[in-house]
Amino acid sequence: MKLEIKGLTKRFGSFTANDHIDLTVEPGEIHCLLGENGAGKSTLMNMLYGLLDPTEGEIVADGTPVTFATPGEAIDAGIGMVHQHFMLVPVFTVAENVMLGREQTRGAGVLDRRAASRLVRELSDRYGLAVDPDALVEDLPVGVQQRVEILKALANDAKVLILDEPTAVLTPQEIDELMGIMRGLKEQGTSIIFITHKLREVKAIGDRISVIRRGKVVGTAQPSASEAELAELMVGRSVQLTVDKAAPTAGDVVLEARHVSVVDPRGHLVVKDVSFEARGGEVLGIAGVQGNGQTELIKSLLGLVRPDAGQIFVEGRDISRHGPRQSLEEGIGYVPEDRSHDGFVGSFSVRENLVLDLFRNDEFSRGPVLRRDAIEANARHRIEEFDIRTETMETPVASLSGGNQQKVVVAREFSRPLKVLIASQPTRGVDVGSIEFIHKRIVAERDRGTAVIIVSTELDEIYALSDRIAVMYDGRIVGTVDPSIPREEIGLMMAGASTPAAANGGAA
Amino acid sequence: MTTTTEAPAAAPEPQVRDRADVRRQVRLVITFAVVLAALVAFALLIEDPKFTYLLGEKRTAEFVPKDGNATYISWGAVAIAAAALVLAALDRFPRGWKGALLGVLVGLAFYAGFLMWAYTDQGEGGFQAFIANPIPGTIRIATPLVLGALAGCLCERAGVINIAIEAQFLSGAFFASVFSSVAYSSLVFIPVGLCAAFGLLGGVVAGVLIAAMLGWFALRYHVNQVVLGVVLVAFATGLTSFLLGQIPSEHKETLNDPQVLEKIEIPVLADIPVVGDALFNQTLLVYLMYASVALVSFLLFQTRWGLRVRAVGEHPKAADTVGIKVDRVRWQAVLLGGVFAGLGGAYYTVGSTGAFDREVSAGTGFIALAAVIMGRWHPVGATFAAVFFGFMWNLQNQLSFVQPVPGELLGAAPYLATIIAVAGFVGRVRPPAADGEPYVKG
Amino acid sequence: MSETPNGPAGPAGPGNPGTPPPAGDQGQGTTTQGGVPAGKKEAGRDRDLASWLPTVVDSIAAVVLALVVGAVLIMFSTPRVVESLSYFFSYPWDFFKFSGEAIWDGYRALISGSVGSGTAWTRTLERAAPLICAGLGVSLAFRAGMFNIGAQGQILLGALVGGFIGFHYDLPAGIHLLAALAGALVAGGLWGAIAGVLKARTGAHEVITTIMLNYVGRFTMLYFLGKEALQRPDSDNLLSPPVDDSAAYPTIGGVHLGVLLAVVAALFVWWLLERSTLGFEMRAVGANPDAARTAGMSVARVYVLAMTLAGVLAGLAATMTVLGRQDSLTDQVAGTVGFDAITVALLGRTTPLGTVLAGLLFGALSAGGLSMQGAAGVPPELTQVLQALIVLFVAAPALVRGIFRLRGQGRKADVMATGW
Repeated sequence: MKLEIKGLTKRFGSFTANDHIDLTVEPGEIHCLLGENGAGKSTLMNMLYGLLDPTEGEIVADGTPVTFATPGEAIDAGIGMVHQHFMLVPVFTVAENVMLGREQTRGAGVLDRRAASRLVRELSDRYGLAVDPDALVEDLPVGVQQRVEILKALANDAKVLILDEPTAVLTPQEIDELMGIMRGLKEQGTSIIFITHKLREVKAIGDRISVIRRGKVVGTAQPSASEAELAELMVGRSVQLTVDKAAPTAGDVVLEARHVSVVDPRGHLVVKDVSFEARGGEVLGIAGVQGNGQTELIKSLLGLVRPDAGQIFVEGRDISRHGPRQSLEEGIGYVPEDRSHDGFVGSFSVRENLVLDLFRNDEFSRGPVLRRDAIEANARHRIEEFDIRTETMETPVASLSGGNQQKVVVAREFSRPLKVLIASQPTRGVDVGSIEFIHKRIVAERDRGTAVIIVSTELDEIYALSDRIAVMYDGRIVGTVDPSIPREEIGLMMAGASTPAAANGGAA
Repeated sequence: MTTTTEAPAAAPEPQVRDRADVRRQVRLVITFAVVLAALVAFALLIEDPKFTYLLGEKRTAEFVPKDGNATYISWGAVAIAAAALVLAALDRFPRGWKGALLGVLVGLAFYAGFLMWAYTDQGEGGFQAFIANPIPGTIRIATPLVLGALAGCLCERAGVINIAIEAQFLSGAFFASVFSSVAYSSLVFIPVGLCAAFGLLGGVVAGVLIAAMLGWFALRYHVNQVVLGVVLVAFATGLTSFLLGQIPSEHKETLNDPQVLEKIEIPVLADIPVVGDALFNQTLLVYLMYASVALVSFLLFQTRWGLRVRAVGEHPKAADTVGIKVDRVRWQAVLLGGVFAGLGGAYYTVGSTGAFDREVSAGTGFIALAAVIMGRWHPVGATFAAVFFGFMWNLQNQLSFVQPVPGELLGAAPYLATIIAVAGFVGRVRPPAADGEPYVKG
Repeated sequence: MSETPNGPAGPAGPGNPGTPPPAGDQGQGTTTQGGVPAGKKEAGRDRDLASWLPTVVDSIAAVVLALVVGAVLIMFSTPRVVESLSYFFSYPWDFFKFSGEAIWDGYRALISGSVGSGTAWTRTLERAAPLICAGLGVSLAFRAGMFNIGAQGQILLGALVGGFIGFHYDLPAGIHLLAALAGALVAGGLWGAIAGVLKARTGAHEVITTIMLNYVGRFTMLYFLGKEALQRPDSDNLLSPPVDDSAAYPTIGGVHLGVLLAVVAALFVWWLLERSTLGFEMRAVGANPDAARTAGMSVARVYVLAMTLAGVLAGLAATMTVLGRQDSLTDQVAGTVGFDAITVALLGRTTPLGTVLAGLLFGALSAGGLSMQGAAGVPPELTQVLQALIVLFVAAPALVRGIFRLRGQGRKADVMATGW
């Protein structure tokens, strides 16, 4: 199917998310849509998929203008979408998720689960996407969940497949696999719109690249363009792709985990006998695909969950029975992986969020009374120091952009003396300017002698920051390696392999 | 030394015992120890082991009181509790349905031991209370609770919190009474036998109307659903009281003197000993309740509609992205729920005593809500929970004839049981993921 | 509904407002509201006022709308009006005339009975005082993330203990009052704390436990009323003696001291929420318990403290009847104050000032409702219906706006967080 987008515009009040976007996707083409977080890629795709109504402009499919009031109409027109945040019902089986919306029935609305399973098996055989149709989605690893998402689209005979940031949750090998699947689909005549902010990927798979910035298409490029060119097009200025940092001066062990195991609320063992050390003046990167126990490990370090076995030491003191407050007082700074979940209180103002875990200090309160003048002075100071773009300090944090929200969290955590800094996905959903800023601050914190632990699913970030890399798979640290090791090898470790080469690298 | 923690992918799982698991064991041990201590005390306190029991609910020609010996029963109960305590202490107490079954057994043992203590040693002469069959009363009282809980399940599975079950009960009760009374006083249109059934229709209409208010405010205007439910209860309480006050005494017969449902005996089934009469010699409403449980379970788990209902309750956006109209499905579930809740409300007038009185449902709508949560949002689970509450209530009624327990404690017992159940045995349960969240596109 | 821009400050599109929890990690997170309006350009303080104003307009519109529905109910509860309907087509004027008269009489009685005279004001204030106190309790708990339906039970326990101290012991004036007051506050606080502890320790939902505790409270009251020590000698009913004069609130300027205490309580709650560290924690826990926990706050402690304070405030409400009006203890001593307190708190948008204003309004409705019944024969249940309607309309601003064609962006009311 040939898909044309003509002058598509979406405004939210006075804010223009998409501004007269023109785009053409030829049949059997892999068209990459490159843009940084918040550039308006998802808005565009949501209009294409009937989730949002365009303010202006039209969509033309094979020469006929179409409008999609609902996703159902888009699906009927042959458009399928794999969402960045999977649209799967966790408590349903794979077959139930695939059948949802166009259920196989035995008449009178009674479900025919067997027919649904059969269809899933057929499709997964045909496209080489192995899944068990009767498994519960919540029990599946994210990589497999993504296959289910693709199957869902294929089951609806998608002619145009939109993949929204599909590689964020995959290992490098799985990314290769996904690209193989994409090429297979392309050969069968399916058009693919591939949305990403990763330069490497568009160069590897794209037939054509459109770059989108601040809601506008700012240019198209060939896959042969250099990464620097693409980056400049994407951000609008020349970008430094690497972080400037001096060689580490590793000090004493500040934080040590010994044989830590954690059982999650559903009774699954998710962190399995993990031991590691973090030294002052050094960045330890924890790499791994999402959902391999990093979240729970970090929570246990902070005292948000108590480890079910093992101990955690800060400067030799056992803190494994501490709650979050004692851990904070111990000098642990924490940037959580999902800031809107537990990084800030959305309805609170910037001013209040900047003292969310500091308000007990004598600086900000006298006995039971808050010192409003000190809290305001602090807010003024931090907003300037961290370049937080907000109208006033009274603006609720929920209404800031993702990058500025993250800066609020980072500013708060960096504004007290730290022994250990734990930052989980510190730049997820953040614009490039903020990424550079946050990375610089993290390196600065390291250079002050703090032990820094970075958890990230983005290998680029791990490589950019880490002095040592620990790789987690299935709740274990499968190896600790030097950042000089090639990506492929870390990729293998992220899939569970623990190579001797990896072990040697770590001992260096 | 930068150590490398080597662990091949196939390394054996470390043996780690979950803290929650330890807590579960501690809780079980404490519970069973308390039960055991109470049972031993009950058994030791019995002086004269003679008690009287009755297989029916009331003394009739068919059912006459018989004597029994309490000694075996109370010490048997002690034995069961002791066995459970040993199992729990050794961490051998089974899980899943076996554990539930064993738990129920211990509960029954406690019940038996308690009854033995309560009904023996009643003193010489005077009125001798006997142990009557608890099943008929339990079923009766549980009927509205089950129906209300089914309404709750339907709404909440679709992602709409329904605290307004009590409001549906009240208005259902009121309009069931009005419909039945009106039907009876205008004989021309409706045969006498059907007047009470016509009352059920009134209950359904009222239940659906409140459901429509719930849907309107919750789905159209995104009002917080917990708040909304409480306000609707206040509204229904006020409105039914107001309307009741508006019925002039000279019109009481036409408007609030309903025909009540007659018992219908189902042949053969009603002849099963002990349970037959209790289960199958009941009113139409009770049979409707049985059918409703099966119907709701079937709808939710075996049909296309049910799959969609559960999808919009768990992940509305996922449902939307495959072309399901989220609010439409939610509306359907809420309105269908209104049917069952309205039927449940009708129990309080045409299903039992007749005329409507102020706050006739006495907060049972909230107990139905507790049953939904205890039953983990599953219609069958909620039904069992509702039957448990019915059992407690019936026990309270029956025990009011014996001396040893103060009446107020008995009165509070069903409510205390709810608190203990919600706090002790359910604790943090996982509601449908999108329960109470209005769906906003985009 | 989602037509709110997600931040004019940065280039963030609404494509990913507030990253939802990633798939596979089904955390039961409180969803932060993605679309908080941010369009206003005024500086901090002015904005507070500007965003406050439309809510006042909303509330007034809701009250007017409820009164309109109430007028219809008055019409149809007046026999003359109903009869005139039967010959509506011959003499339509009768229907309008009688309706008009019924509504006029009813609402005139409502106003004169609530604010028409000194005694009316006294009655309004004294009826508002318990509503304000208990409403403050509901508001406070709400701000800490808990929906406290248990004011009724907390009032009963407060009344029981306060009243008992008030009539059973012989103490010097002053001290007797303080003892009875303290007893009521402690008892109410302890009863409230139960639900807080249950929630904090087991996760039992407070809506269910507080409702159940209301019933248990009633049976507790009945149990003690059956005891000899609480029985009024000259009565066969379950009724206690009233408190001694030495334990009663003195009258100041026509109203008893309790009214003043209600105002003090409101000031205290305002200070607590807006100026104290504990209030900061409470609001943080109420808005996002996960973030509060990560920031080192003890969510459990906040739950227990908030429910205890809510109970204390309900206990204070109990003193209004027992120590203020010197009512005897019965199982009906709380009337419907505990439930009306919920509507008061919601109408007041769970702020202290709003609660006071809403309490005054409901106090006036309640005082005026009596004279409506006396003067115009309007049934007292009407006020209950009116109250429920007001809150319903307040809770659905979009509906009221639609009816009155008020302008205003689709502003989400602040009590509209998601449930369970």
